[in-house]
Amino acid sequence: MATVVKIVNRPAGWKRRSYLWGTMQGLGVTFGHLMRNWPRNLLGRRAQSDIVTLAYPEEKRPYPPRNRGLHRLMKRADGQVRCVACMMCPTACPAHCISIVPEESEDPRIEKRPRVFQIDELRCVVCGLCVEACPCDAIRMDTGIHAPPSTRRADAILDKEELLSRGELSVAVQAGEGLFWRERK
Amino acid sequence: MSGQFFWYGQPGFVVAAALSKILVFVVLFALGLASLLTWLERRQSAMMQDRLGPNRANLGRWRAWGILHFVADALKMMFKEDFIPPKANRFLFALAPILALAPPLIVLAIIPFGAPLCWGQMQETVPLGTCVRPVDLQIARLDVGVLFYFAFASLSIYGATLAGWASYNKWALMGGMRAASQMISYEVTMGMTVLAMFISYGTLEPGAMVAQQGPAPWQWGIVRGVPHFIAFFLFLTAAMVETKRTPFDVPEGESEIVGYFVEYSGLRFGMFYLGEFLEVVGSSALMVTIFLGGWQIWGASLLPNWAHVLVSMLVWGAKVFLFCVLQLLVRWTLPRFRADQLMRLGWQRLLPVSIANVVLAACWQMWIH
Repeated sequence: MATVVKIVNRPAGWKRRSYLWGTMQGLGVTFGHLMRNWPRNLLGRRAQSDIVTLAYPEEKRPYPPRNRGLHRLMKRADGQVRCVACMMCPTACPAHCISIVPEESEDPRIEKRPRVFQIDELRCVVCGLCVEACPCDAIRMDTGIHAPPSTRRADAILDKEELLSRGELSVAVQAGEGLFWRERK
Repeated sequence: MSGQFFWYGQPGFVVAAALSKILVFVVLFALGLASLLTWLERRQSAMMQDRLGPNRANLGRWRAWGILHFVADALKMMFKEDFIPPKANRFLFALAPILALAPPLIVLAIIPFGAPLCWGQMQETVPLGTCVRPVDLQIARLDVGVLFYFAFASLSIYGATLAGWASYNKWALMGGMRAASQMISYEVTMGMTVLAMFISYGTLEPGAMVAQQGPAPWQWGIVRGVPHFIAFFLFLTAAMVETKRTPFDVPEGESEIVGYFVEYSGLRFGMFYLGEFLEVVGSSALMVTIFLGGWQIWGASLLPNWAHVLVSMLVWGAKVFLFCVLQLLVRWTLPRFRADQLMRLGWQRLLPVSIANVVLAACWQMWIH
């Protein structure tokens, strides 16, 4: 195999070969940054300098407005869960992180409700498809709360009570009028 | 005679004066500044790169931009394991950091760091050179001053080379060899450069050099003429090579070989580290003395002697500090030379130019007289 030798000629001209002019230019750039950043940092006016580092535990970068955060389950006017266990959200979920076990409701106006409603936040990809799939505004992802760290995997699975604890009253009209709609007509 | 033991000119006085000068200059100023530079280097580089840098070390609420990081570093190094490789030569391994740290401290002896203190007339205004009982603010007033500096500065080669040799590590050995070749090469340039200044001053005694320069910037050594101006930049380059720091950190070359102190840890590594920064302080001090007017400051000689001494020391300290900042600026701007590029720069560029500069300085001296 023939060895190919590539010859790189040195740049011509004393200006480039002496390395002096390039050195001066480089020093100018770094000195400019130093002079923009140092005095302002010393005087506590870091916001006006070019420094992009945040002093993390004291300063935090705000989340963007479209940040979703942890799920929550919304409530009816009487405080019951709005969810009717229709299974739309576990069907839509690409990560299969929602598991629902339905049960019959004691309230005659409500046909079904979830007995178990669990979301595995470790599996959740925060896509928001469950919210879009929900026909009755029962699940939302608008808390903006970061999933909390946990030492056990089981701790990252949120149950119905925890999801409801962040829930509020939803004023959206919920479809269906209950078991006795014929009588009322 | 015992009552006069501490009078001016008596042995007790001389010893006490020397000890207090060593305390103020070497222990407080030089070691303090060198320790501070270990923090400043990281902080300044951060500022140059739009970062924050180390700003956390504090004493409770007193943070002061993290200035105490050097204390934290020193504590860390003290409590780290002091590892000696099993096959290392233990004696030389222990000796090398001392040989690396001692020369930069010793060379400071010839640096004049303030206006002469006038013993017994400290409340009066004493024009320079008219004092009856002067106390030079210079630890050792040697007629061979600058040569003394070079003699001891070149001893730090032994520190680097012995460290590389004693570590029983091929990378360390290579680093030590590179350090030796680099430092020897550039000492020639340094000597030639100082020769140009020697022709102009007619003396090698740093105190006399400072006295010949005036307080105003246009009376400084750097603007005595064209060869002196060139000499300054040659000397600056050579001095930065001598400190073995980027862009001339070929002996260390952290991305290729880790260098002659690769096997060192704990306080022994700290001695190399501090020695490097002491070399920065020492070379800055020498350049300020030879080229930038030393401790001279305009109008300060009209003050009472004690104030004159104080102001001149502060001015001197500020000049040295700014020079250290300049060296850090260069260190964080330029990438590392290749070993062969470094040798080419030294032997084929700087040395011929510095020899030509000596000739030019001689012609200049004949021309202006």
